[in-house]
Amino acid sequence: MTERASTSGLGMTGTGASSSFLDVRDLRIHFPTDDGLVKSVDGLSFRLERGKTLGIVGESGSGKSVTSLGILGLHKRGNAKISGEIWLDGQELVAASAEEVRRLRGKKMAMIFQDPLSSMHPYYTIGTQIIEAYRIHNDVSKAVARKHAIDMLGRVGIPQPDKRVDDYPHEFSGGMRQRAMIAMALSCDPELLIADEPTTALDVTVQAQILDLILDLQKDFNSAVILITHDLGVVAQVADEILVMYGGKSVEYGRAEVIFDRPRHPYTWGLLGSMPRLDRDVTERLLPIVGTPPSLINVPSGCAFHPRCAFAGRNGGRSESEVPELLEVDPGHFAACHLGRDERVEIWESEIRPKL
Amino acid sequence: MIAYVIRRLFTGVVLLLVVSLATFVIFFVVPRLAGASPDTLASRYVGKAPTPQAVQAVKERLGLDDPLIVQYGRFVKGIVAGNEYKAGNDVVLCNTPCFGYSFRNSVEVWPQLMDRLPVTASLAAGAALLWLLAGVSIGVVSALRRGSFFDRLGMTTALAGVSLPVFFTGLVSLALFSYYWEIFPAGGSYTPITENPGLWAYSLVLPWCTLAFLYAAMYARLTRAGMLDTMNEDYIRTARAKGLREGAVVTRHGLRAALTPIVTIFGLDLGLMLGGAVLTESTFGLPGMGKLAVDAIRGSDLPIVLGVTMFTAFFVVIANIIVDLLYAVIDPRVRLG
Ligand SMILES: Nc1ncnc2c1ncn2[C@@H]1O[C@H](COP(=O)(O)OP(=O)(O)O)[C@@H](O)[C@H]1O
Ligand code: SF4
Ligand SMILES: [Mg+2]
Repeated sequence: MTERASTSGLGMTGTGASSSFLDVRDLRIHFPTDDGLVKSVDGLSFRLERGKTLGIVGESGSGKSVTSLGILGLHKRGNAKISGEIWLDGQELVAASAEEVRRLRGKKMAMIFQDPLSSMHPYYTIGTQIIEAYRIHNDVSKAVARKHAIDMLGRVGIPQPDKRVDDYPHEFSGGMRQRAMIAMALSCDPELLIADEPTTALDVTVQAQILDLILDLQKDFNSAVILITHDLGVVAQVADEILVMYGGKSVEYGRAEVIFDRPRHPYTWGLLGSMPRLDRDVTERLLPIVGTPPSLINVPSGCAFHPRCAFAGRNGGRSESEVPELLEVDPGHFAACHLGRDERVEIWESEIRPKL
Repeated sequence: MIAYVIRRLFTGVVLLLVVSLATFVIFFVVPRLAGASPDTLASRYVGKAPTPQAVQAVKERLGLDDPLIVQYGRFVKGIVAGNEYKAGNDVVLCNTPCFGYSFRNSVEVWPQLMDRLPVTASLAAGAALLWLLAGVSIGVVSALRRGSFFDRLGMTTALAGVSLPVFFTGLVSLALFSYYWEIFPAGGSYTPITENPGLWAYSLVLPWCTLAFLYAAMYARLTRAGMLDTMNEDYIRTARAKGLREGAVVTRHGLRAALTPIVTIFGLDLGLMLGGAVLTESTFGLPGMGKLAVDAIRGSDLPIVLGVTMFTAFFVVIANIIVDLLYAVIDPRVRLG
């Protein structure tokens, strides 16, 4: 049911190649475990063009990392059950062979991880690791690759790159390490860059610098970027589109300005309400989302958000029993909630927005 | 770095002095406290029917009546600078390093150790090569195919390997391969490599395999545990995200990190083993350091036992220093200092 809803809602037929650069259709990634089936991603669809940035936002455990690893083909096939379609520049990846996807990894699509310290090998120098990444996809000598690595390090703003190239990851500061990680990810000119919480592990002061860097480089490389974060504030300035994830599903999806200006889902309201704001006191905050994110083994019935939703009682029991479809509330703006469209506009304008 | 090496060598020397003191106390002071006199000690050198004159001569020559502290000093000096033993007019020279004389045949201890070292080294080198190759590769495959038939078979065998004593596996392999099928020679057939390399290897196949079985089992378990850890690390995911082939991910990134503790333990195992693989040598009748030690203990040949002990301690200390240095080479995060 959700399957039909999400694909038809996005106006897709679900067959054939896509005109979009990246087109994810009804992606499902489930993990059979001893405790039960973990439905980490459950019917996710979105599109992304070159040069554009998609922000995927949601609390921890909502399936963001599983989604990004799924696109890169980094889940063990015996471990995860994956269905749906991932079209990247006209090539479908879910059904592609592991070797085909491997050849795209690092070259056509690359990834930046959350913790640059644990994500780099402690026994190899920064340079060695970038050189390795470059030489996987480029048949060049070590000397040429080394020169390229130094260029890349300079480009991401590392001072004295010709010296620092021989440093080990532990000899870099956190921000510099993330820069090096970015240099490595961009070394083969990827057309799709996925940054999974790239600033979460960093000091507040360097977070903005790293974000700026990613965006600058995006312009240079004209790549498509997926920026994953649990903090709406991070994507506010940088994303063209925003996808809000909850319990492995997309609950709201649309252009970034629209999501901030006219959000149509109670969970998004909650995320907006818990964004840190300089001009307000924390105690004044309207909608701190109460409770904890759901376990993806036992997702609550109906709308997965209902145990935490202040408006669940207004739908005559449908919130508890029926999974809401992701429907187009305005052109290009989708939300999955049983509340009537006008009722949501009314609640947003009168109850939520004034207190944000 | 160099300062660190010098400091480590210095502490190594101190450690060896402590070991020498401890062994000296155990072998020479404790018997005295238990009532042995210099006479009883000296009479050991003389043989079955000691005459008082002969005993006296030995006592004088070896200075067994001297205070213990003087004797210890002479013992240490002998090791670093050799000793001269005077008996009447003729002087016997005991070359550096002098560990004294065997009770049994009054032959210097050191040359006897040097006689036995090649045997033990041959045994250790071959077995180490086998167990490293077998243990590490079985461990890696087991970790990668965790829960598979191979993993369970490998780990059950490894459990047998670590729990079965060498004299048991050794005797079984002798019974099967040498007495029943007559493929390999029985015990006591060691041929030096300088005489005939083919026969040398042939005579060592069973001891190598027996010893390697025990250690390969330990190394397989260790490697498997290490690989299970490292293959879950974030940097493995990064390596895959770069598009690296799985084979290179496993060896260059996974195994490289899992190898650190294995190298450490390997160094110590090898150092210890150069002091004699007592059980294996005894089981297969190999005339190595371990066999020498066992025979010496059986015959209460104190100087030999003492020599083997000091020699083993020496290798262990050296191995420790080498391992610590290697550690810094393997893991760039380790700072020596
Ligand atoms: N390999 C796996 N096996 C089973 N469950 C998994 C696996 N990987 C992730 N999960 C589960 O999927 C859910 C979503 O995880 P994740 O995508 O990492 O969330 P986040 O949005 O914080 O990135 C979590 O509940 C996690 O426990
Ligand atoms: S469907 Fe019901 S529970 Fe879910 S967000 Fe809408 S009102 Fe809340
Ligand atoms: Mg995550």
